[in-house]
Amino acid sequence: MEIRQKSRQTWEFVPGVSVIAGAAAAGPREGKGPLKDDLDQVFPDLRLAKASFEQAEQSMQSQVVDLALMKAGLTKADVGIFFAGDLINQITPSCFTAMEVGAPFLGLFSACATFAEAVALSALTVAAGAANCVLAMTGSHTCTAERQFRYPNEYGCQKPPYSQTTVTAAGALLLKADPKAKVRVSAVTVGRVRDEKVTDPFKLGAAMAPAFADTVAVHLADLGRSVYDYDLILSGDLGREGGAVARDMLAKSNIALPEERYGDCGVLLTAGDKNYFAGGSGCGCSAAVICGTILKRLEAGELRRVLLVGTGALLSALTVQQNQSIPAIAHGIVLERSVQNG
Amino acid sequence: MSKKPRPDSWYQQMMDRHVSKKRLGRNLTIAFLAGGLFAALAECADFLLQNKTGLAEQQSGAIVLIVIVGVTALATGCGVYDRLGQKLGAGLAVPISGFANSVASSMLEHRSEGLVLGCGCNSFKLAGAVIVYGIAGAFVVALVKLIFGWI
Repeated sequence: MEIRQKSRQTWEFVPGVSVIAGAAAAGPREGKGPLKDDLDQVFPDLRLAKASFEQAEQSMQSQVVDLALMKAGLTKADVGIFFAGDLINQITPSCFTAMEVGAPFLGLFSACATFAEAVALSALTVAAGAANCVLAMTGSHTCTAERQFRYPNEYGCQKPPYSQTTVTAAGALLLKADPKAKVRVSAVTVGRVRDEKVTDPFKLGAAMAPAFADTVAVHLADLGRSVYDYDLILSGDLGREGGAVARDMLAKSNIALPEERYGDCGVLLTAGDKNYFAGGSGCGCSAAVICGTILKRLEAGELRRVLLVGTGALLSALTVQQNQSIPAIAHGIVLERSVQNG
Repeated sequence: MSKKPRPDSWYQQMMDRHVSKKRLGRNLTIAFLAGGLFAALAECADFLLQNKTGLAEQQSGAIVLIVIVGVTALATGCGVYDRLGQKLGAGLAVPISGFANSVASSMLEHRSEGLVLGCGCNSFKLAGAVIVYGIAGAFVVALVKLIFGWI
């Protein structure tokens, strides 16, 4: 395996780090959405028969990890390093999951960009030969994240039309140095924190759009590619309006991202459900869409190369109340179908 | 501490082009009509109580408020209130139902942390501000009234 450093932000892997299995799970609402058939597991209720929603979130993470390992025919003992994160303070659900997995654990937080961060670090770790098999997992739960970042779930305030709602979903991806796999992570671009001084915590899509546009522009320039080298460029959870802002920003940098080659994981996962307003959010969006839908499409040959740019709004309830602006980050990962396995 | 953005910054302008506006006129109208309807219903109930049972105005008013608080708490627990709140906005938030919902939703949210440190400590997380500044405001108004009385 060769690692080619293209810039301070981008690394290309030749021939690529193999994705040997992925699993996606989601809650009841997302399980009725347009991507329901791609999910490996749908939970009929948000509690998962646990005493609290935090424990439910952790249980969802454990189950998605088990599913991914089962699909790959591996056990927890085969996991070299476990990269995981979520949206809860001190990423406690991931810590409990890591205890169950029992592998060396590196906990991550990049808000909703955590999935892309976990996969990027996993790919770098495997490519560098630091571990043979690496597991990347993230998840989010609507009832735990909403109350931490916004209001209590049953609080009857009127949300503006441009707001987003956290999804209940999780995804796990197993990466390994394996020449036979159909799908590979071929490049990663680590994002920089961008801040255009958006202060409204309901306008997270618009707050994250500059980070998305920056990472996409850097990624394309570093690899000497255009948007037409990708079948699909996905943002994590910009929502409908954040996506429009991001495409406008890219157009200003002379990168025309056509509508048919662009998608937003949060919007894809929740399309048609008005309860999500401008779209779903949370690090479960990109995790479930990539580990469910995109991985299956790549394996089937319907897609050849996909760029996911996970987007994270790096705010807390405290920074919002102290009138700080909302910085954002976006990490890019490229998933592509292996050529020799056509 | 970062500064508030200038409204004329290029990013704010571009954001404004894409981000949909709050439908202020529609929201205000619905809130006005819904809030007015609730107030009228409560007033009718109050009137009926006084006429049918012969209760004094203060007592009947208290009973109506207790019923509104109880119904709101029940609707919050059943998961109905937040959906109504999204549609009716301030029409539901400004009357005492908004206050009851803020207490009930906070308590529900923190139930898993125990009855004392969870429900108890967090019940006035949102509504506490109303009480604190309500009492402080009342004190100032009373002080002004007292001073003017002396003069």
